[in-house]
Parts: sequence; structure tokens; C-alpha cells
Amino acid sequence: MTAQFESLPFRVEDPAIVVEDLCFYYGHSEALHSLNLAFPRRQVTALIGPSGCGKSTFLRCLNRMNDMVDGTRMLGSIRLGGMEINSEKTDVIDLRRRVGMVFQKSNPFPKSIYENVCYGLRIAGEKSRAVLDEAVEKSLRGAGLWVEAKDRLHDSALGLSGGQQQRLCIARAIAVNPEVILMDEPCSALDPKSTSRVEELIGELRNNFTIIIVTHNMQQAARVSDNTAFLYEGDLIEYDRTRKIFVKPANKQTEEYITGRFG
Amino acid sequence: MKRYWRLGEPWVWLSGAALTATLLAAATLLVVIMVNGLGVFWPGAEARLTLKDGSKIFGEVVQRGEKPDGGERLQLSTGNRDLYGLDFRWIDSADVALIDYPGDALIVERTEYGNFHGFLRQLNGSAAVTSEQLHLELNQLRQARSVVADLEEEMNELSGASESNRLKIRKREFAGKRDAADYQLLQQRQNELDRQFQQVQGRHSEAIADLRTSVAVFADAAGTTREVTLADIVRVYAPNAMSLPAKVGHYLSKIWELLSDEPRESNTEGGLFPAIFGTVMLIFLMSAFSFPVGVLAGIYLREYARDGFFVRLVRIAVNNLAGIPSIVYGIFGLGFFVYGIGGGIDRFFFPESLPTPTFGTGGILWASLTLALLTVPVVIVATEEALGAIPGDIRAGSLALGATKLQTLMRILLPMASPGIMTGFILAMARAAGEVAPLMITGVVKLAPSLPLDGSFPFLHLDRKFMHLGFHIYDIGFQSPNVEAAKPMVYVTTLLLVLIVLVMNSIAIRLRNRMKKRYSYGTF
Repeated sequence: MTAQFESLPFRVEDPAIVVEDLCFYYGHSEALHSLNLAFPRRQVTALIGPSGCGKSTFLRCLNRMNDMVDGTRMLGSIRLGGMEINSEKTDVIDLRRRVGMVFQKSNPFPKSIYENVCYGLRIAGEKSRAVLDEAVEKSLRGAGLWVEAKDRLHDSALGLSGGQQQRLCIARAIAVNPEVILMDEPCSALDPKSTSRVEELIGELRNNFTIIIVTHNMQQAARVSDNTAFLYEGDLIEYDRTRKIFVKPANKQTEEYITGRFG
Repeated sequence: MKRYWRLGEPWVWLSGAALTATLLAAATLLVVIMVNGLGVFWPGAEARLTLKDGSKIFGEVVQRGEKPDGGERLQLSTGNRDLYGLDFRWIDSADVALIDYPGDALIVERTEYGNFHGFLRQLNGSAAVTSEQLHLELNQLRQARSVVADLEEEMNELSGASESNRLKIRKREFAGKRDAADYQLLQQRQNELDRQFQQVQGRHSEAIADLRTSVAVFADAAGTTREVTLADIVRVYAPNAMSLPAKVGHYLSKIWELLSDEPRESNTEGGLFPAIFGTVMLIFLMSAFSFPVGVLAGIYLREYARDGFFVRLVRIAVNNLAGIPSIVYGIFGLGFFVYGIGGGIDRFFFPESLPTPTFGTGGILWASLTLALLTVPVVIVATEEALGAIPGDIRAGSLALGATKLQTLMRILLPMASPGIMTGFILAMARAAGEVAPLMITGVVKLAPSLPLDGSFPFLHLDRKFMHLGFHIYDIGFQSPNVEAAKPMVYVTTLLLVLIVLVMNSIAIRLRNRMKKRYSYGTF
């Protein structure tokens, strides 16, 4: 890897996404200050930090969702494989197929379960019924929802429980077979049982996908992630193996945040 | 007591009272219209009043009222306008010596001078007749009448063909092509058509004369007789001798006449079909213009326009448009659509028929465009609101899956916004159905000779003037020479207009509810 990453506490051998000197502005105020980090392939990386520290903003830089917000500006470089994400020439549609996203509040479309899962394929122009059927089953199995949903595929997705809806959103994201899945506090609106179900799922998904998850829940970060990045007021304070961060953080601020003394 | 105020109990009562007041007002209006409108066609008992001075008078008691100096008086609907000059008469109850209900009293509906109330005296010269014979004779006349109607239709077609042929000739003359190959042919055809027309016209006059040979003589209560040509009789019935089923039959046949026939007697009698047709067609045309334009404009404002000074200005303008008095729209429609665009169309496409305007005069196209202009702000605002009410997460969810803005709009946002858009559309439709003022100067007429949609090419005649129930109410209620006689018709027309709005609204609401069920995120 480049020299810059020598400075990181650990070497990322095979990064899925490499972020260099990323600055982000809302109007004139800088929200992210020159972030440098790399996300290892097929691992779970947690982004933690107090509210307003910029972790969601950062996450949304990775699939250019901030484009929807007027008056924002992004400097620096984010590379996904050989593709530069932060460029005028980037095909955002293609990018978002490669970098899927799961939101804080489950947001199934008011369509059937089946149509929800194959939405990404349909808009990409897939028409073959056989392909769609197979993708729906595979994705629902992958999201651990197949057993519950297989007999009601054509019922409205809004009839599912909150936890099921969130898993449906995960199935929807993996149906287009992305490389990276971004998760923005995916469990914050779920009850403990559904939460543990989703956490288990994340553990299974990391065999096939690179996962970047924003969470407020320290236990969750400790349970599901391989690496953890601590952000504070737009700065990357510490980024390391999760077990290192939670057992013996190098930075005092990190330690205070993790132990609940501030934030 | 303090607790009572703090819990907001009085507030609940106040809001409840406001609701009740509105509902009561609306219900009262509906009940008044229904009571007066539904009873119009029921055959009431025909009373013969013998007054103390020995004179007799015939009529249906329609109202009882107080006299200014005490005592009661009766209002009689006497008909026989050609004899008395009036249709109604007030009689002092104190003057009445005897009231009876003779079974052979007839009411004769005529095509002119309103109804005749009286007895049958003679039929084709013979005095010993029963009303059965009269009915038989009238049934026979019906066949003869259909022959006349066929001839009239033939005349209409011929005159239409002749008119379009004449315009073709004028077009050649206009372009200075008198020596064109087909000019002579057209002239010949014109002569042929004129000859055919005169032939049919001759047969028509003969048939009419034939039709008018049968006459009946009727006498009123006082014995004054009046000769009536049977061809002028629409319907004869004896209300006092009618059984209940007969009365129901009479009622239904009157309703059918109302829905399917043309108006008679300066619109105070007969049917309303052209007005019903005009109203419904106007609403449909209006919707066809305002719905797509309004929805598209709303989508642009909410989804594509960058929020800024200009968009805010447009929004304010759109909201204010909804508050402009409708007559202003009418005047704009007259100036812009009728004289501006219509006049332009005439100059470019129909110069041969000038100075008679084709599109440069009021017509259903211009009236519906004017109404569309009036209702489009409502549709725009509703579309914007409905799109804005969709949670941002849903939008982001679709975009994050690699959907384009257009795909998100077509597959997710529009279906979800459809119930809200429909609500706005329903409001717009209801408003359009109730507007009269802008129509009066953009194409509505008291009596339209032909419908804007018929069997002659090109079937849809958007340049034609049309009739409208709302204008009809104004016309017969306030512009007719005999307002008292027109009163029942005003109620009936109002009832019909309310019914049409109700039917169209409930169809739209059903549609909306089905959408709502399907996309249950909808917040409207």
C-alpha cells in the first residue's frame, strides 16, 4: 500500500475502499477534516463517535448520497477498486449498485415483499422471471427472511414487523450483489431480539461483503465489527482492530468515549 | 371547575358545535332541494273550486299561505296560460264554497302555452268521446311524428352537406381558383343538394300538415273551450283517476323525459339532456387539460426545480391563482382563448367562412380550457404536497439501490403520491362543476341547437356552444319570462347538478381509496 497507510496502526492488505484526504463541506462549514483510512475487504468496520461527529455524513460520502443535499462539497479521493468515487465523471448509478445501503429506519417500498427485493434488479432492466425468482430467494435466504416470508412473497411488505422489515431492506440491498454494504445505525429502531437477529446476520454477511456500519451502541460495535474507527468533530481520532480499541485504546478521548465518560 | 377548563372540555364542545353547524347547513340545503325537486313530477290531485259567487276554477293546490289581514289563502296552479294569462292564482279560502275532485279532469301537456287543465269535449268533431279514444289517437300520431322526425334529420344532413360544399366553393373562390377542375363539379353538386333539400322540405311540410289535421276541443272549469291540435300535445293524463302504480309510471316517464329529452318552452318544460351532456363533457375535457398539466408542473416544482427565489415566487403565484375570482378567468379566457387563439385559428384555417367565426367564438373547447386554468393551481398544490409528504428515507432507499431520479419518481413516488394527487383532483373537479360565471362568456348558451359530440363527422365538435346545468339554473330561475312556472324546474335542475357532482366525486373517491389501500404510506 501507499506510504500514507504505513502511518495507520495496522496494515490493510486488501482494501475495498481507500479514502484519502477527504474533506466535506456543508456550505462553508467543514464537516469532515481530511480523513484518511482504508476499509479491509470482507470485514466489518464500525464507525463510532458522538452525535454530530460526522460519521453518517462520512458514510454517505461513500455512495455519494450527499449529492441529494444542496450546497454540499466534497474534496479528496475515495477509491473503490479502480474507480474514483469523488469525480464528476463517476457513474453514480453504477456506484450505488456496487455500494449498497441500509438505513436507520427500515424503509420498505409500499409494494409486495417480492417486488421490494427485486426492485434493484428491475430498475437495472432485468426482466427474466426465472432470474428474478432466483435472486429473490437467494437474497431472502441471505437476509434470513426466507422461512418467514416464502409463503407471503406477494403480500405487502408493510405487513412485516419492524425487524423483518429491516432484514427485508438488507435483502433488497444484497439482491443487486454489491461489493460494499453501508449500514447507518441499522438496529437503532429495533427491539433487542430483532437487534440480535440483525447482528447475527451481519456476522454471516461478512463472508461475502465488505460492511461499514455506523452505530451508537458500543456493545454492538464490539460484538459485530473487526475494525473500529472513532470519529470526533469531523476528525478521525483512532482507527484500529476492534479488540484493540475496546481493550486498550491508544487515545485518551477514545477511552473516555467508549467507557461512557463523554459523548 | 378549573380542572374542567384545563382539560379543554369547552374547546371540544366548541369544535363539535362548529362541525354540527356546518353539517346542519349543508343538510338543510340538500333537504330543501330534495323535497322540492323530487316532488315536482308527482301528479297531484286536481281540485275544482266552486266559489261563493258561483264561478268555478280548476287547479292543483300548490301552497297554502297566510293573508296579510289574517285568514288563509290558497295558491292554485291553474295552467291555461293562453286563457288566463297566468299559470298561478291566489284564492281566498273564505270565498270557496265547495271543493271536489272530478275523475274526468285532464291535464294536457302542450308544446306551447304550458299545460291545459280541463275536460275533453270533442275529438275530430265528434262530441261523444272518452279519454281512451284520445289516447288511441295520440298513439297513432306518434308513428306519424317519427316520420316527421326522420325527414327533419334528413333535412339536417342535407343542409350540413350543402354548407360544407358551399365552404369548399368559397375556398376555391378565395384562392382565385375558379377555373380549377373540381370547381364546376362542386357547383353541380351544390345545385343537386339544394334540389334534394327542397324536395325533402316539401315532403316535410306535407307530413306536418297531415299531422295537424286531428284536433281536440277542451273546456276549462268555467266552460271556456279551446281547440288543440293533437300534434301539439305531449301527454294527457287524468290525475284524479290515476291509481298508485299509474302515478308511479307517470313519475318515472317524466324523469325519463327529463334525462333524455330536449327542453321546451324556453327551458321551463321538457328535458335537460343537452345540459347534462354539456356539463359532464365540460368536466371531462377540463380534467383532460388540467390533470396532466397540473401534475407535471407539481412534479417539476417539487422534484426538479432548485429551491430559490424564483421557485418561491412561482409557488406564491400558484397559490394566489387559486384565489382569483372566476369571472376574471372568464374574461381572460374570452380575450386570450376565444379572440386570441380562436381568432388566429379562424384566420389561418377557416378564412373562407369569415366573417362567421368558427373557433373565434365561445365554444366548449375554450370554456374547458378556461376552467382548466382555474383548477390547475389546485392540482399543482396537491401534487406538490403529496410528493413532499413522502418520507425522505423512501426516496433515499430507491436512489441508494441505483435507481435514477426518473425511476424513483415513476415506480415509487408517483404511486405513493397518487391518493393525495387524487384528492386535489377531486377538489378541482368539484370546483369546476360548480362554476358558471366564466362559462357565460366563453361558450355556454341558453339553448344549443346541437350537442358537441354527435354522429356527424368529425364527431367531436369542440367549436360548438353547449348547455350547462349551472347556467340553466340561472337562466330559468332569473331570466325566464315566467319565473313562477319555472320554479319546479330550478329545483329539479339543482338536484340534478348536485347529483352529478356527487356521482363524479364518489367515483373519484373510490378510485383514491383503492390507491390508498395499495400504497398505505399515503398521509392524505
